[in-house]
Amino acid sequence: MRSKILIVDDEPNIVLSLEFLMQQSGYDVAIARDGAQALQQMAAFQPDLVLLDVMLPMINGFEVCQQIRENPAWNAVKIVMLSAKGRESEVSKGLALGADAYVTKPFSTKELVGQVAGLLAGGA
Amino acid sequence: MLARLFARYRFALTLTLLLALQMAIVAAFLLVAGSALAAGQRAALLAALALLLLLALGMALKALFDAYLAPLARLGEETALLAANPAHRVAPQGAGEVRALAARLNVLAAASQALRDEGQARVALAGRALAEEKQRLAALMSELAVGVLVCNVGGRILLYNKRARQLLAGGAHGVAGIGSETAPIGLGRSLFGMIERGLVVHALEQIQYRLRQHAPDDAGGQQVAASRFVATLAGGLLVRARMAPVLDEAGALNGFVLVLEDITREVEADSRRDALLQALTRDARAALANLRAAVETMQSFPDMEEARRLRFIAVIDDESQRLVREVGRALREHGGEPDSRREFEEMRALDLLALLQRRIESPALRVRLAAETDIDTAADTAAVTGTVAGTVAGAGADTATAAVATGAAELWLAVDSYALSRALATWCQRLADEAGVTELRLGVRRAGGLARFELSWAGAAPGAQALQAWEQLPQAPGAGDAAGGLGAVLVRHAGESVYRFDAASGQSRYCLLLPASAAPAPLEIAARGAGRPVFYDFDLFQQAGEDAGLDQMPLVQISYTVFDTETTGLQPAGGDEIISIGAVRIVNCRLLQQEYFDRLIRPRCPLSDESIAIHGITEAMLAAQPRVEQVLPQFQRFTEDTVLVAHNAAFDLRFLQMQEAHTGVRLRQPVLDTLLLSQVIHPNQSEHTLEAIAARLGVTVVGRHTALGDAIVTGEVFLRMLPLLAEQGIRTLAQARDAEQQTRYARLRY
Repeated sequence: MRSKILIVDDEPNIVLSLEFLMQQSGYDVAIARDGAQALQQMAAFQPDLVLLDVMLPMINGFEVCQQIRENPAWNAVKIVMLSAKGRESEVSKGLALGADAYVTKPFSTKELVGQVAGLLAGGA
Repeated sequence: MLARLFARYRFALTLTLLLALQMAIVAAFLLVAGSALAAGQRAALLAALALLLLLALGMALKALFDAYLAPLARLGEETALLAANPAHRVAPQGAGEVRALAARLNVLAAASQALRDEGQARVALAGRALAEEKQRLAALMSELAVGVLVCNVGGRILLYNKRARQLLAGGAHGVAGIGSETAPIGLGRSLFGMIERGLVVHALEQIQYRLRQHAPDDAGGQQVAASRFVATLAGGLLVRARMAPVLDEAGALNGFVLVLEDITREVEADSRRDALLQALTRDARAALANLRAAVETMQSFPDMEEARRLRFIAVIDDESQRLVREVGRALREHGGEPDSRREFEEMRALDLLALLQRRIESPALRVRLAAETDIDTAADTAAVTGTVAGTVAGAGADTATAAVATGAAELWLAVDSYALSRALATWCQRLADEAGVTELRLGVRRAGGLARFELSWAGAAPGAQALQAWEQLPQAPGAGDAAGGLGAVLVRHAGESVYRFDAASGQSRYCLLLPASAAPAPLEIAARGAGRPVFYDFDLFQQAGEDAGLDQMPLVQISYTVFDTETTGLQPAGGDEIISIGAVRIVNCRLLQQEYFDRLIRPRCPLSDESIAIHGITEAMLAAQPRVEQVLPQFQRFTEDTVLVAHNAAFDLRFLQMQEAHTGVRLRQPVLDTLLLSQVIHPNQSEHTLEAIAARLGVTVVGRHTALGDAIVTGEVFLRMLPLLAEQGIRTLAQARDAEQQTRYARLRY
């Protein structure tokens, strides 16, 4: 069964690349453009991994991450936070809230793909 | 030779001669008594001899009196005179011994005069040196580009310079003369009216804490015993204040020096630059991410369909243009700004921890300090080291390498500890009130480049949402406008907060992540002893607070505001209004002419011709002046903490009372009236006008019938009245007011 990836980002320019990359890597992809949509998609799409931008309209990425982690039903969902916010306190916060990885923009697409594959293969 | 011998032994010779004469007379007695003369002849001779003997005895006594008793008495008088006139010398008189005594006395008098002259010369010299030093200090102070204030521990101002006055009057860029008119700053006044009390007390506490931490004999103790904070002044100016303690001989805190610097523009530029830099970094990163993702994707999939390829090319075009725009904007807005950072206070994380504990703890909420090893290290370090690696991790990689918990002892931060501790205390109060938490554990440890403050408690919180909402709450009223909620404080510090609930242990953890800073270089403060400033002995340092028992305070210790008003006419009840208020202050029995209040007021009724004739103020002069409701609150601030003095105060007060309802300003302090006090001092004089009193007391009248001029004359008159009142036993405020009540003018009403 193909793994499902939810991309949460409000910038179409990055979504275009991420969506294509993930599809080419053989995943089912869904898109959410803000925090509220992301939480709806969590329930509707049941992803295995979320690529989560921090700066989102309505509910920001930190809050989305925290809400996902507070729901035991989504314990197994992997979260990769993607953000142009790269201050140490922000990275530390993202990880403390339960993200599996915090990736600062810009990033290497190859390594991101590798990272996603590693997480979905059950790598700690 | 013979003459000198005679002069020397004149008295002895005289006495010897007189003695010989008496012996001769007595021998003559015996001869006559033994001779064979007739009884009548013998009796006559004997009588003559007796007379001669008496005469000789009398002469001997007179010689004794002249030589000893009279010169000694004169000597006594002249010695007493020496006390008043040290230049006086005793004239040698009388017997040799008395003359010798006089000579000795003269030698002593000369020695004493020399000593006294020398002493006076020294005092004069010291006085000159002191005056010179004072002049230098005054010149230094007034020319300094920073504001300097010296206060006693009670916050009363003992010294201030021109710049401090400008800053605190809110007129840093305004005209000094105008700004100073309403300046509440003044000797003996409380600093707390100008700088928020909480900030000053907080800084003092920090200093005291540090002084206790480092014993006075510890050389390092002095280096850290200075505190720094940023304050918002009433005029909207932002100042950076550096506070240094003034210690007494025993090493206890006696007062403090505040150095104020205007950083309003600096901070504005800073926050603009910060915002710009953050936006630029963020936007550039996002654009670069989009660019790279698109390029790499195209590289990885060279044979993608044409339509999709064109979309990627469009992305690259779009994002590269956005990048150009952002960088251009940043250069335009930021180019040429001098580089300066808003300085927070540098402090040790452990000191901040202790401060947070003191601030958070309340009867309802216990705060225990957690050992460093107890603090949750699993939550972030495991995640960091476990899953993030290589370039993907970005900044996370740094965290991974540095995340090994290192000692908190050497952990320093740059913080606004006042705002942070108050905001966190408010937040914790909510936690106690709404989640019923009664005990917290508080700890700090280093986590990479961050200081991680952790609050933990048993049980779950009311939810992360609620905790976040509390962060946005403003602080309790009275906390001042400097801070805002915990969220805002964290933003200013580039910090973050994280809440997590650990189901396994049933513990809630709330962490504040704050950037750590390098330990600061020690401040160069001269060691105590050498080079101490000399303004320690200002009289006000020892002055007790004025608020307690004002009535029982001696008149000479009270601070006064002497004021006068000019009006449109003489009928306060008939609609006449105040058009001018002038006031000066008296502190420590000195009329402080440089601390004055002088305002014109635009009235709502026309000026009467008679009043124009008196004060010379015309409608034209008042056209651009502020209204009474603007001026009276300023006047009220000027009079704070003082007793009011006016000539015929009832008249001025009636006008002020008429405005009470309209302006909401009510002067509540006691009032002394020079008209009534003049009655007390000179009840038999018929005239008690200000001119008449001034003439009686020898005060030169200048600038009569301007409010400020009259206030100054009234002040001088009042100062000359104080000793005259004291002669009548009137020494305290209560006694002065009682005495006023007894005079017949006291019944005058307007």
